[in-house]
Amino acid sequence: MAQLEIKNVTRRFGDFVALDNVSLNIEAGEFFTLLGPSGCGKTTLLRMIAGFDMPDAGQILLDGKDLADIPPEKRPIHTVFQSYALFPHLTVAQNITFSLRMARNALSEVNARLQQSLDQMRLAGQADKYPHELSGGQKQRVALARALINRPRLLLLDESLAALDAKLREEVQVELINLQRDIGITFVFVTHAQTEALALSHRIAVLNHGRLEQVDEPSKLYGFPGNRFVADFIGHINQLEAQVLESVHSHLHLSVAGLGDIIAPPLPGAIPGQRGVFSIRPEQVRIGMHNELAELKNHFSGTIQSVLYQGDVSVYRVGLADGVTVEALLPNSAPGRAQLFEAGDTVKVGWRHDAGMLFHD
Amino acid sequence: MYSSRYGLWAAALAVYAFLYLPLAIVVAYSFNDSRLNAEWVGFTWHWYQVLLHDEDMLIAAGNSLLIALVSSLISTVLGTLAGIAIYRYDFKLLNFLVMAPVAMPEILLGVSLLLFYIQVLNLTLGMLSVLLAHIVFSIGFVAIVVRAGLAALDVSIFEAARDLGASPWQTFRHVTYPLILPCMIAGGLMAFTLSIDDFVVTFFTAGVGVQTLPLHIYSMIKTSVTPEVNAVSTLLMLLTLALILAAARFAPDMLKGKY
Repeated sequence: MAQLEIKNVTRRFGDFVALDNVSLNIEAGEFFTLLGPSGCGKTTLLRMIAGFDMPDAGQILLDGKDLADIPPEKRPIHTVFQSYALFPHLTVAQNITFSLRMARNALSEVNARLQQSLDQMRLAGQADKYPHELSGGQKQRVALARALINRPRLLLLDESLAALDAKLREEVQVELINLQRDIGITFVFVTHAQTEALALSHRIAVLNHGRLEQVDEPSKLYGFPGNRFVADFIGHINQLEAQVLESVHSHLHLSVAGLGDIIAPPLPGAIPGQRGVFSIRPEQVRIGMHNELAELKNHFSGTIQSVLYQGDVSVYRVGLADGVTVEALLPNSAPGRAQLFEAGDTVKVGWRHDAGMLFHD
Repeated sequence: MYSSRYGLWAAALAVYAFLYLPLAIVVAYSFNDSRLNAEWVGFTWHWYQVLLHDEDMLIAAGNSLLIALVSSLISTVLGTLAGIAIYRYDFKLLNFLVMAPVAMPEILLGVSLLLFYIQVLNLTLGMLSVLLAHIVFSIGFVAIVVRAGLAALDVSIFEAARDLGASPWQTFRHVTYPLILPCMIAGGLMAFTLSIDDFVVTFFTAGVGVQTLPLHIYSMIKTSVTPEVNAVSTLLMLLTLALILAAARFAPDMLKGKY
């Protein structure tokens, strides 16, 4: 039995369907992420797990027990809010021990746990400060410490990294992974940032328009997206109009606008004549001069249209026949060279016959 | 460029003179050693001594202070509850019901309360009716300040409190109440200043049963204006000013949401 079971949950706000028959199982000790664009229903689902909203239909079970009649203050579930929601009139120590004091724990117990928590979250010198005296990273650690001090069964994190600047966010991601591994509490994380989701999670559920699109491990989600939405939402992907010419056990033979015939990985159930979109990640596309890519089954001639230098990598946009373009991502591993090709260069582009995938319409 | 700046200064000066000169004159003539508010004769504390020995004046002042104290305390409690209610529930009618007495012309409020107390409640006009009337017009002001204070707070702190196991009462006791306390004090001080110098509503609801300071000053002016009136007005002005400054000390941090 999964620790948290979400069974056929539906939630409507007037005519708007925020969640449409969503079912999910979250295992104990998992770092689980709800990912999707804004308005996809992820926050609504999180609020239902916390108890601030109720499903119109369906059930949410924690350890097999229906949460429907249990108010938020009685659920062994705590939330790290997007704004952190620290109590402005209480010190760091008073904030962190809030749940213990509300439950009327003995003072000696409260102080012992506070000390432990301050040490664990590297807040030792901050106990008597007020929230407005803290940096963004410290506030975030106080919010985490406050939510974890009475060891909830489940920790919910609502876009909890969004308020941090980019550099700090990377540090906090590593801390969060280590923390979750050390304490073993189930984390349910909500975010619209796919890189964050990929970096942190054991499993990710992708939501769109209140529907569950796919639940999988990060590498599976990225490498084998179940549909066009997931492919496009997780990372970047080239999308090319295609038609099936031949479908056999080992491969697909496609006709792609601007490219001609290509070989693609097999897709069970594909039949000749079927239309769809051939999708391939930019880092799978290679660029070479003259005949460098001749060993690849899929290779074409093109012209570099633009180069986006990003430091570690550069993104090249290559124009092919009929106005079709593909993006290629190449590492700038040669020191001191900003780019390998320049706009206007005539090049070859290609990719392996087992790269990319077809999504039918 | 410069001339327009001088023009602005002159205009500002004129406006402030128009606002504060009458008050300054009242204060100045309270120290005038003459029975008339006509020409400056010399400095004296005489009128303040007269004031201290004026039995009727002292009774009126005592009544005013008592009414202001009790009505501001009661309206602080009720106004706070109303402020929390209109903050929490998006219910337009409730908002209107709480705020209407603030916007209503005082004369209308006075007349309607008079009729209500006499014809419906069959109440003898006096201390109690004035007290009730002052509570009626003060609640809205307290509610406005408390609601503004709540609106400046991050909504999710109330959810955070419940999320961390606080019952609704614990959430109020440990989170809401300490955070709106400065607003409650500011609102209470406002209610006190409104009550202590109220004339119109008090005039209609006092009857002959009770004399307050503003009513007494009015009756003195009807017979003869002596500098004693200036003296008592000066003291009232000082008290009001002190209370408003105190209220402003509590309120601004709250209204900026900094606290």
